[in-house]
Amino acid sequence: MDNFILARRRRELMVAGALLVVAVVVPRFIADVTTLNVIILSLLFAGLAQAWNILGGYCGQISLGHALYFGIGAYVSTLLYVHAGLPPSAGIFLGGVVGGIAALLVGWPCFRLSGHYYAIATVVVGEIGYLLFLNWDYVGGATGVYIPIAKPSLLNLQFGKDKLPYLYLVLAFAAATWIAAWLIEGSRWGYAWRAVKDDVVAARSLGVNIFSSKMAAAAISGFFTGLGGAIYGLYVGYIDPDSVMAGHFSILIALPAVLGGVGTLWGPILGAALLIPVKELSSSYLGGSGRGVDLMLYGAMIVVVALAQPQGLVLLFRRRAHGPA
Amino acid sequence: MALLEIAGVSKSFGGVAANVDISFEVAEGEILGLIGPNGAGKTSLFNSIAGEVTPDSGEIRLDGIRVSGLGPVECAARGIARTFQVVRSFDSMTVLENVMVGAFARTAHAREAMREATETLDFCGLRGRADRPAWSLSPPEKRRLEVARALATHPRVLLLDEMLTGLTPTEAQEGVQLVRDVQRRGITIIMVEHVMEIVLPLVSRAVVLNLGRVLTIGQPAEIVRNPEVIRAYLGDRYAAA
Repeated sequence: MDNFILARRRRELMVAGALLVVAVVVPRFIADVTTLNVIILSLLFAGLAQAWNILGGYCGQISLGHALYFGIGAYVSTLLYVHAGLPPSAGIFLGGVVGGIAALLVGWPCFRLSGHYYAIATVVVGEIGYLLFLNWDYVGGATGVYIPIAKPSLLNLQFGKDKLPYLYLVLAFAAATWIAAWLIEGSRWGYAWRAVKDDVVAARSLGVNIFSSKMAAAAISGFFTGLGGAIYGLYVGYIDPDSVMAGHFSILIALPAVLGGVGTLWGPILGAALLIPVKELSSSYLGGSGRGVDLMLYGAMIVVVALAQPQGLVLLFRRRAHGPA
Repeated sequence: MALLEIAGVSKSFGGVAANVDISFEVAEGEILGLIGPNGAGKTSLFNSIAGEVTPDSGEIRLDGIRVSGLGPVECAARGIARTFQVVRSFDSMTVLENVMVGAFARTAHAREAMREATETLDFCGLRGRADRPAWSLSPPEKRRLEVARALATHPRVLLLDEMLTGLTPTEAQEGVQLVRDVQRRGITIIMVEHVMEIVLPLVSRAVVLNLGRVLTIGQPAEIVRNPEVIRAYLGDRYAAA
């Protein structure tokens, strides 16, 4: 049997495959370290935004506390390496698992709230986590933790000055989140979650368990966010609560998905591809002297997109599907 | 034995008694009308049957097994499906995807759900709309979509809440035909309706609610002649006529 859903899903896979090839090949011809850095961060945030999108976009639970899972992932992976000698290639996955568990623990009380109340609760929980880590000596408190420099190897996921391996690492991460979202979209879970987002009462009248749907979405979202945090920690080589758990990370994780298109496969990628370069370039060319021009530019761009295309930039590509319905 | 038994169901919201000691039975395969003026407690009773609310007292039994208080998810799993008075479509999804949500109640496989949903859309006359976003449907199409979504869960009992209200006479007649087709599938139907002349020819029996209580239960011909029903709908002045 063939229909428009299966055809659409096949098309999505093909586009993703083409993008992946481009993302693998093109960086090989880029020597400039700054450019590579921007690409790495863009890919990382494309993955993080997709992870956020799994809970916020598909299941409709707008979390503004994802910095917590991001930071937890970074800390777990780093501390296991520093204190227990566990290679980061395994540690990042444990970071993801603990991030997922944290998301479940946060979800258990918070999913009893809905809409804005849930969002506010996640802000508060995120802030609590930040303050805990700031005052917790075992994890380095406000001084943070350095990741000891080891011999470049795949086991340690350290590659010295070479940027390209890091780029492929975050590319794999971004691709994994996309595939997870793609698989979810086509599965029973994905349908249930979108039903939860659109109308809770109708969803449960059709046998959809609301609470467990939200919890499952939170666990997967938290896992990938923690994984991304762990990879970020390795990349920057030093973590402290301000650099991995501060509240603005929660916004930074959610924003690409919101601008690109919430609850869509391409929104987070599109949003990250636009936002992160603007953010990085404006802060390196305009920032630094404390005038905040970079942030103004960044903010202005968000306002313009929100006014012109509030449903997300991804809709710009979707017009031709049915015409204005 | 009756398929569905409503036994002494009462439900209050704050100080307002929405349902008071309501009892009746629904036989397998019948179409039962639930009628009454605004505020009679029809939708409240629906919410109790569908598990959306728990009655304060009394029981609702499906096949002799208590279902009241089990919650909407469990009620859906046991075969009670419903539509809503104010349409609740999943607007971020296409029409087919909406119905697939219902179909996933009986299968975990996407292909299977897709096949089931396509068949159900066909049955409800919405095949041509399968790939449209749900929000783009016209009001009568949205009502059909709700029926399709509920049918995809393979219910034993289908609760239709004002499915024909607000439609043009032609649309309403098409709706009536759909209800008959659903019954022919062996599904028991309870329908809440305002429009007497549409609902009475359709149902085998009707339960008339007024101010939260059962006013009378009977066949359509008896109902329309019942002075109490006339009084409830039109006021004292018309009851004697």
